[in-house]
Amino acid sequence: MNIGNLIKIAINSLFRNKMRTALTMLGIVIGIASVIAMVSIGQASTQSVKSELSSMGSNMIMIMPARQQRGGVDMGMSSSKTLDNKDLESLQNNTRYVAAVSPMVSSNAQLIYGNNNHSSSINGVSAAYLDIRKYEIEEGVMFTEEDVRRYNKVCVIGKTVVSKLFTNGEDPIGKTIRFGSIPMKVIGVLAEKGQNGMGNDQDDIVFAPYTTIQKRFLGITYFNMLYASANSEEESELAATEITYILRSNHGIKSGDSDDFDIRTQEELVSTISSVTGLMTTLLAAIASISLIVGGIGIMNIMYVTVTERTKEIGLRMAIGAHNRDIKLQFLCESVILSLIGGVIGIILGLIIAYVASKLMNMPYVVSEMAIFASFIVCALTGIFFGWYPAKKAANMDPISALRYE
Amino acid sequence: MAKDILRVEKLERIFRVGSEDVHALRGISFSITEGEFVSIMGTSGSGKSTLLNILGCLDTPSAGDYIIDGVSIKSLSKNELSTLRNRKIGFVFQNYNLLARTTAVENVELPLFYNNEVPAKERRDRAVAALKLVGLESRMEHMPNQLSGGQQQRVAIARALVNDPVILLADEATGNLDTRTSYEIMSLFQDLHSQGKTIAFVTHEPDIATFTTRKIKLRDGQIIEDAPIDTQSAADALAAINLQKED
Repeated sequence: MNIGNLIKIAINSLFRNKMRTALTMLGIVIGIASVIAMVSIGQASTQSVKSELSSMGSNMIMIMPARQQRGGVDMGMSSSKTLDNKDLESLQNNTRYVAAVSPMVSSNAQLIYGNNNHSSSINGVSAAYLDIRKYEIEEGVMFTEEDVRRYNKVCVIGKTVVSKLFTNGEDPIGKTIRFGSIPMKVIGVLAEKGQNGMGNDQDDIVFAPYTTIQKRFLGITYFNMLYASANSEEESELAATEITYILRSNHGIKSGDSDDFDIRTQEELVSTISSVTGLMTTLLAAIASISLIVGGIGIMNIMYVTVTERTKEIGLRMAIGAHNRDIKLQFLCESVILSLIGGVIGIILGLIIAYVASKLMNMPYVVSEMAIFASFIVCALTGIFFGWYPAKKAANMDPISALRYE
Repeated sequence: MAKDILRVEKLERIFRVGSEDVHALRGISFSITEGEFVSIMGTSGSGKSTLLNILGCLDTPSAGDYIIDGVSIKSLSKNELSTLRNRKIGFVFQNYNLLARTTAVENVELPLFYNNEVPAKERRDRAVAALKLVGLESRMEHMPNQLSGGQQQRVAIARALVNDPVILLADEATGNLDTRTSYEIMSLFQDLHSQGKTIAFVTHEPDIATFTTRKIKLRDGQIIEDAPIDTQSAADALAAINLQKED
């Protein structure tokens, strides 16, 4: 029998039992749809984390004091006071690959304006910090080197802070807000940045000259962290090496001893987070593919029942001249067509789910051609694999007893 | 002299049931020539079903030979037997064996699907022609469950005719029908016979056998009677029933 006739026969008999066909397909539809949706959502979240990170500055380098141990006791992160003005100056002046450096000292504070108050953190930075972290001033100005030198009580605030303190729509520029008991003048408002990849509000923020925070708030001379940016993303590893060299010499660390600081480049962070989200994607796809297997077994089950139920039909087909191979191919064809149609519907459904999810979760919509192609192949294989045994059973029937079967 | 459509020679069929051999056929020989309408009779257990299975190339004999249209089936493989069934034999079953939820014309087309020599466009034409032959041209798009028993059997007969077989094999083809419808079907068979079709008709009802031209009677796997008979007209018998009703 030629393949055209075969497909026609298979489609005819699938159409004869629309309800059963639809229900059998459902298993494959759900399986494929969940694989497609999961892979797509997983890739979208990887992509959104990546773009989030690069919006924080893809050439950013963070320098933190190393965790210290005293007498075998871990003193926790940022416990040491090793980063100071000398480090800042030498990084500003003696580097080739570093574009900008800003210190960071932070303090939690209660912000008060009129009757409103808001608990937030205040970050002491230099003017270069805006470039490094890709912040922009929307209104007013950023504080200057002059403000830094003079410990001026000026600050730049984020949109969230504006909305909490200036509830009646006042222009915050030029107003004085209090941090606990210390008054500070608002000279600029930052452009909105939204949430970052970890869900932190990047607009709930206050920047002030680092010297002001050091002297007037905390009474310290060291920095919590240093932020630097490399000339370009490609040079960030070189810049990190350079920074390591300078800091080691500044801190008088002998070769062989370990650093008393940690350097994180954004590149490392990206690759770490990507590998985590990649793992998540794989995991989701693996879980989803279990439903695909269940769907396949559903097909096998139905095909098996179908073969028994259609024993008489098989006997008749054999009596009127069907070869065993024709019978086997017919049932195989039915299960492959069943799973392929189910697969196509599943792919479409999966893409719709992924689209809706991307809109709901505010993520990019990623279509993975690879996942679509793979699901299609898996569908065909599912059809063949789970259709094989029932088809073989049908083909091996004896026409005489099949015709007599009641 | 008319040519032999089929010939069986010393046909034996032995089934093994447990440790015992059951002789279903014990050396049967006869031949059917072109244009004969033969009834094969016998009680259950007489071996007539076994004989029919072998005549229909569904089963092969344990000993002896069977030659259909000049082909000995002794040396044929399973697939070759399938092809032989497709080209040379038309089956009509007691319970019609139509595919459910499939129109009459599609049911009739079915054997042609397994015949690569018939192109797709010719398939429908031949099925329609076969349905016309059995008088069902107005029911072509009906499903089996929309047809009466007699009409379903007519569809089955059309299906048996569509491949233009050398012989029609009917297995208790009137067994599921009332007397009146049985006579209608027998009348159709007689029409086909008069058009030159060769028919072998297995039945256990003596009155049905009277509509054929020759009777072969089996008992315990052997032929006990093989003789031409005084053929009755099914159309007349039908008219007689109708008359009785009017009285």
